[in-house]
Amino acid sequence: MTASEQRKKRIERSITVRSRSLYALSSWREMTFLLLPRAALVASLCILPLVLGMYWQRVFCAAAIYAMLALAFDFLAQFVGLVCLGLSMFIGLGGYISGGLNHYWGWPIWLSIPAASLAGAVLGTLALVPCLRLRGVYFAIISFMLPLFLVSLIIATSILGSTEGISSLDNLPNIWIEQYLIIGALLLVLFGFRRLVTEDFGVILQGIKDNDQAVKASGIDITAYRIKAVFLAACIGSFCGAYLSHLYGWLGLSMFAMDFSILPIAATVMGGMGTLAGPVIGAFILTPLSEGLRGFGQLRVVLYSLLLLGFILYKPEGILNYLERKYFQFERWEKV
Amino acid sequence: MAGELMLAVEGLWKVFGGILAISGVSFNLHRGEVVGIIGPNGAGKTTLVNLLSGFVKPDKGSIRFRGERVDGLPPHKIASRGLVRTFQIMRPFHSMPAYKNLIVPLNSPRVRKTRAGALGDLDSVAIDILEEIGFERDARVPYKTAGSLPLGYLKRLELARCLAMQPEVVLCDEVFSGMSMSEIASMIPLLEKMQMNGITLMMVEHRLRELFKLADRVMVINFGEKIADGPPAQVMADPAVKKAYMGAEGQQ
Amino acid sequence: MEIIIYGAVNSMVFMLVASGFALVYGVSRIPNFAHGAIYVLVGFLAWSFLNDLKLPYALAILLSLLVSALLGVLIYRFVLMRLRGMPTSEIIASFAVSLVILEGLRLQGIAGFKGFIGPFYSLPPFLDAKVKIAGVFLDWQRLFILGLGSLVLLAIYLFTHYSKAGLKLRAIAQDEQAAMMLGINSDRAAMMSLALGSALAGTAAILILPLGNLAVEQGYHVLIRALAVCIVGGLGSWAGTIIASLVLGYSVILSTKLFGGVWESVVLVGTIIVILLLKPSGLMGKQKELEERV
Repeated sequence: MTASEQRKKRIERSITVRSRSLYALSSWREMTFLLLPRAALVASLCILPLVLGMYWQRVFCAAAIYAMLALAFDFLAQFVGLVCLGLSMFIGLGGYISGGLNHYWGWPIWLSIPAASLAGAVLGTLALVPCLRLRGVYFAIISFMLPLFLVSLIIATSILGSTEGISSLDNLPNIWIEQYLIIGALLLVLFGFRRLVTEDFGVILQGIKDNDQAVKASGIDITAYRIKAVFLAACIGSFCGAYLSHLYGWLGLSMFAMDFSILPIAATVMGGMGTLAGPVIGAFILTPLSEGLRGFGQLRVVLYSLLLLGFILYKPEGILNYLERKYFQFERWEKV
Repeated sequence: MAGELMLAVEGLWKVFGGILAISGVSFNLHRGEVVGIIGPNGAGKTTLVNLLSGFVKPDKGSIRFRGERVDGLPPHKIASRGLVRTFQIMRPFHSMPAYKNLIVPLNSPRVRKTRAGALGDLDSVAIDILEEIGFERDARVPYKTAGSLPLGYLKRLELARCLAMQPEVVLCDEVFSGMSMSEIASMIPLLEKMQMNGITLMMVEHRLRELFKLADRVMVINFGEKIADGPPAQVMADPAVKKAYMGAEGQQ
Repeated sequence: MEIIIYGAVNSMVFMLVASGFALVYGVSRIPNFAHGAIYVLVGFLAWSFLNDLKLPYALAILLSLLVSALLGVLIYRFVLMRLRGMPTSEIIASFAVSLVILEGLRLQGIAGFKGFIGPFYSLPPFLDAKVKIAGVFLDWQRLFILGLGSLVLLAIYLFTHYSKAGLKLRAIAQDEQAAMMLGINSDRAAMMSLALGSALAGTAAILILPLGNLAVEQGYHVLIRALAVCIVGGLGSWAGTIIASLVLGYSVILSTKLFGGVWESVVLVGTIIVILLLKPSGLMGKQKELEERV
């Protein structure tokens, strides 16, 4: 069959269109197209803890945490227009509050973790509220400064264990809860965000990005929406921090480390900004990578930053968008 | 005019840097009126709209909307009370379909309050509004991305955005600009319908002939001052107005 | 009296450190998060030139300043220029650059690079002596900061108001599109602003670092100070930067005297929050009513 007797046929686009309506229910092909990627993601997340050894299970938990932070960052950066350079602040707040409640007041972890998530979110949002009326660059600056400020506050007042931290916090009951709690949270956040941005809340956020004057003229308080969005991201971050403190049974200043701020950003840029699933994938690629490089100490942060720069300069669309684009370009030959 | 006093403006002043943009403007607006605001370019008409809608805060003076002071309030609060405006430079939410553009105003506190008992999801309400305003339902125009719509539709979309808020007063900032005579002719019935539904209109315009078909009353702004206020014929015969438009030499 | 003089010195420190950031942001609207990194890098470069290459101090200083200006240009040309117009990416990229430099300085064992960790590094002061002014003992280095610092700031003022290149920078800062229509190349102006901004960071470094130790953490502290001054004074206003430097410089000295040095960040952040609540565009921020945000 010579080339001239063949014709390139683009087939995949029609599947995307066909599977948009309810009729997809009556076709195996279209159902697979819709469900397979999601099922693959959920299944692999759920199965991995069963096959990994103990050490890698811990890494898996860390990856899930970074994935949630990356989701929060992507949501804020792409859907709200706010670049959060200080995600470690939320980890630190959640971790310290939960650990503090647990250590000083004896609260059980099933109480301290939710409480810390909320309290950390409230505190974090309050700290950021003053700059939400202003241009996005202020948010970047303040969010960058806050973790460093909190660290120096803790050192200055010598509270909460100061430089040594506090150990002997309650651990999570067993290894299976460790794994599946964070997986559940991750899936909840991932699919929740996806749903949120397609609902009216997301439409309004998109409107704010497109033309904020018109949104104001339509009677909507932009600052209130930004506050809600930041609170949401802060909840996620604080939950991760609270979880982390009970995963290792320890809290300390390293919870405010730059790692927590930069790895999610690198994961987001790598995975594809705005896709929500991309940052998750990016986190699950970067975290094991960074574990493998544990011997190199501070080199890891340099590496994340270099990776980030590489992607943002040369492949800003990120992995997921690239894959999607290539998928749509995929063609096959058919006989004429 | 017998209608309710919708807008009472007194002694409005605004200075930008060294420029006196609005000086001592006062007027009243009653329910059901259609009032035009005209004047040479740069006279301060859009600044006036910005002041009334809260996008710019006045240096002096007061603005009362239905008896309550609104000067100094942020734009979204003023819009929530029922005083809405269009934008002269059209920038819809370009990445969404046209009907999704209306989701934003339909989510404002004002609409949520009045809609409390109403049925239907917002998407169909949005489509209905677009149909009322002249988007053909069949042609799938409402589903097209707002950024791809031609000017005539964009103008209607702006008005639709205002209508979605169930407004009392609409400040129209040059809605006729850039449109052909026939397009304007097809928009005038829409504005008349709005007036019949009890909406008070205040229209900043350059297209005087078309404006005079609608307006009961016209105000002339020149160099930030109100120099005339009355029925169109009377205002256009005013020598001060003629001088403002034509310069000191002008005859007609 | 002591407080007045030390406060003045501290204010000049703040001013020097903030001016580079303010210049870059004013002209190109890019927040240069790498500002602190360049500051520390210049310090370490000078140290290396001095101690490893055994160059005379003056030459070491000169070379480091040149390198810093060059670095600024390179950062713009190879990283920021490709991202112009996408503010999210600009912020992320400049943050990443700062981390590469700062954390990179901590590395050990790569190609024999020792890595700059530990408190063993310091730059010698220009003149290791004290002088008595108005009854207060002041080391010469601090006097140099005041004197040379003022000269540098004067030079910047003269440059931006009276030289052709400087006027171009101001034009772009005031209205980028209008300036471009007049034929001013926006990229060149941005490159120049980054070169100047980095050189200012370098100048601040060589003047201020001899007062204490040279450590990578300084990079973060310096950046925080610069950001605090710019926010309190108003992003884009020189008068604001000067006033904010005075306010913050004196506040920090007072708090250090009363409560101890560890509370500096609290004072800085506290002032920022107060300003953001009361007058968000900064003490002398430009009146941009319609564009106060976004």
